[in-house]
Amino acid sequence: MTKRVVITGMGLVTPLGFDVETVWQALMDCQCGIEMIELFDASTFPTKFAAQVSKDFNFLDGLPEQLRNNHKHATRNSGFMIGAALQAWQQANLPAPGSNDTNDVDMPRVGIYLGAGEGPLAFDSFINACVFSWNKEKRQMDWKQWGQIANEQMEVNSEIEQEANMPAAHLANLFGTRGPCYSCLTACAASTQAIGEATEMIRNGEADILITGGAHSMIHPLGVTGFNRLTALSTRNDDIKTSSRPFDVDRDGFVLGEGAGAIIIESLESAQKRGATILAEIIGYGSTADAFRVTDQHDEGRGGTAAVKLALADAGITPADVDYISAHGTSTSENDSIETKVIKNAFGDQAYKTPVSSVKSMLGHLIAAAGVTELVTCVLAIRDQVLPPTINLQNPDPVCDLDYVPNAPRKAKVKIAMSNSFGFGGQNNTLIIKEFSE
Amino acid sequence: MSKRRVVISGLGIINALGADKDEYFNGLLEGKVGIDRIKSFDPVSFSCQVGGEAPEVKVNKFLPKSHRKAAKLMSRDIIFAVIATDSAMKDAGLKTRADNPDGPIDIEPTRSGVNIGAGTMCCDLEELTLAACECVDGDKFDMKKWGAEGMNNLTPLWMLKYLPNMPSCHISIIYDLQGPSNAITSGEVSGMLAINEAYRHIASDKADIMITGGAENRINAMGQIRHCLMDRLNTKDNDNPAGSCRPFDANANGVVQGDGGAMVILEEYQRATQRGAEIYAELKGFGSSYNQSNYIDCEADGKGCEIAMQAALNQAGLKPEDIDLIIPNGIGRIADDKAEATAIKKVFGELAGEIPVLATKSRIGICGAGASAIDFATAALIIKNGKVPANINCDNQSLGLNMPTTVTEAEIKNVLVTCYSHGGQTAAAVIGK
Repeated sequence: MTKRVVITGMGLVTPLGFDVETVWQALMDCQCGIEMIELFDASTFPTKFAAQVSKDFNFLDGLPEQLRNNHKHATRNSGFMIGAALQAWQQANLPAPGSNDTNDVDMPRVGIYLGAGEGPLAFDSFINACVFSWNKEKRQMDWKQWGQIANEQMEVNSEIEQEANMPAAHLANLFGTRGPCYSCLTACAASTQAIGEATEMIRNGEADILITGGAHSMIHPLGVTGFNRLTALSTRNDDIKTSSRPFDVDRDGFVLGEGAGAIIIESLESAQKRGATILAEIIGYGSTADAFRVTDQHDEGRGGTAAVKLALADAGITPADVDYISAHGTSTSENDSIETKVIKNAFGDQAYKTPVSSVKSMLGHLIAAAGVTELVTCVLAIRDQVLPPTINLQNPDPVCDLDYVPNAPRKAKVKIAMSNSFGFGGQNNTLIIKEFSE
Repeated sequence: MSKRRVVISGLGIINALGADKDEYFNGLLEGKVGIDRIKSFDPVSFSCQVGGEAPEVKVNKFLPKSHRKAAKLMSRDIIFAVIATDSAMKDAGLKTRADNPDGPIDIEPTRSGVNIGAGTMCCDLEELTLAACECVDGDKFDMKKWGAEGMNNLTPLWMLKYLPNMPSCHISIIYDLQGPSNAITSGEVSGMLAINEAYRHIASDKADIMITGGAENRINAMGQIRHCLMDRLNTKDNDNPAGSCRPFDANANGVVQGDGGAMVILEEYQRATQRGAEIYAELKGFGSSYNQSNYIDCEADGKGCEIAMQAALNQAGLKPEDIDLIIPNGIGRIADDKAEATAIKKVFGELAGEIPVLATKSRIGICGAGASAIDFATAALIIKNGKVPANINCDNQSLGLNMPTTVTEAEIKNVLVTCYSHGGQTAAAVIGK
């Protein structure tokens, strides 16, 4: 028998607040976290808005004075990650960071698995080195000059922090963990995949306790440029609060968000031995690839369907057992119609009876951090027996004909919830959680 | 439930010694060094001007016709992974969708996956700058002009060339691999962690075949400047590239970077034998941990390395005396090498001075996310060939390790491969006959 895996702590840093209860209340109030971009001058960009984490958030506030030095250079995504992980770690009642008393927690059995993004590029020094070293006549770089400007303007700590392994490194350092320390980055599916693979590690006995989840911030000039060039972002600059419209016929792209989510997962034995409060059990995980095209999802949702079916089989349940689906629901034309097909393919007639919603309508798309954030809302839906809504769903797309919990939260009996994440490039991941009972 | 056995049935390598595994391994045996003055950009104003650059190879000949259009979406990192995968597939003798678009294939798509360690890919700086060079207002970059006009000079799919999951994405498409697909981004240990995860997928019956490894194009202006700024690179041997990387040597002057990667085919043991595959070695044990430090230096006593190595031995059910060869990270930075040697001594005790150690970085540099995958594949080649290449640039040993400086022929039963990233991640694997 493989080990049962449970969730014992959760933390969020999002555009709608920097603790779990604040974010959850905002979702219940149908608030929208989208604002004009303040992080850089996007006034001439095709998309001028995003869902940003408030300036009031400072991750250092949550850290004991003596631990700040190792983390003071953290960029936005690592800072978000630290903020979310601290909440989760405390809720799980694990030993305070920096304390010598580890309460019988065996640190080589405690690890990290994040689906976290690269740190935002230190744009000014980077672009200065490039544009002021360009030889216009030869149309090539003057590398000598590039090196000189880079040496003068680039700052070592800021460069280190741009590596994608740094959010995980910060957590291992902060909590003193000695177990496995993984990061993956499968685009928009990353943190769901991290949680799934972390679950597998515990099931197989490779660790007892893992901090998992993810962080990302792509609200920087080249991030927005990249998505704008792909025409993936909404450009509804005149009505930004309704710009994220999953499943609506007028949806015109996703809205970039940023933030982090963390959960503590552990073997049931470990949680019971520590006397931790169990918030939910992870019972199913499915992971597949579309293996179709670099630029598009498989048009019939082949990989997504397989991921959902694998997760159901892994959990040993049928579609009728699933009380709620937290959709990937990005508000792009392609995703929302294909995801609807995926649910129908995997659920058959049951698809029309199972409520589906997308909190991306309120939070924007947290990219690598999206999956964990949505999984946290699934745990809360089970706790409070209520479903978060899909807001801005005024004119449902005829091809999106499921129950998307439009525009208002809904009381419901929720025992089992499913969360889907589909990454750009074809990675599909599905998690299933269940109300805990022995 | 007993775990299924997992074997290596094919491999492909690209790095400064060649774009082919045999060229690389023969280069090692012949004492060749791939490290030279950097040629892909003029490094004159960089403090470290040497590196192990991989050869320029046209990727098209490694791609099926159906995927050649997508070659323009491949950064050099992706190209390394694609080339290494092509040779690994051929080496394994697998009939795949790539060469058999309609005919029978040896791979069941939904039971086959991919897991590749990737670095933080740097965009083509000249391509970006060509688009941005008009967006200047005096001595400042003009963001308004960039947003309104400049960005439109970039090809619409520009960003897709640099996403870390794209090596996995392209390879899953080329070979129709619809099973698990992941991209591990854990610095220099990425390749090894990817291999470990792929191993678990097969051992726990989620897949039968996994294509796994890692690759990175570290030698570009951004990759080089970052590590120069970290003060990790060798700045004293710019006129002596071939002697610049000196693992475990008392006169080592720092790290030398390299380009490249390796991909291995992992296969469930029964399946591999039934189809008559030639097996390199079996994966016996893995471990991973974390070095507590400052994100630049290895933890002084290598504690995280020690935990990973011990865990790998434990999982393999082997004792120190069962190990015939150690392939360490061995990067040629005195404090880091000392830390790693300390960890090896903790795990191996008195045997630490006896078991042969082979450091590959003196030949090819440290190839970012591909580094540990290259060492892993090297171990498989050594087991299969019964030949251990010689160490070079380690004339002044002071750390008490056994680093033979001649090629030895011996039956190698078990090899321990260990690695760490400057960010702190550590991993170790034991593979055996």
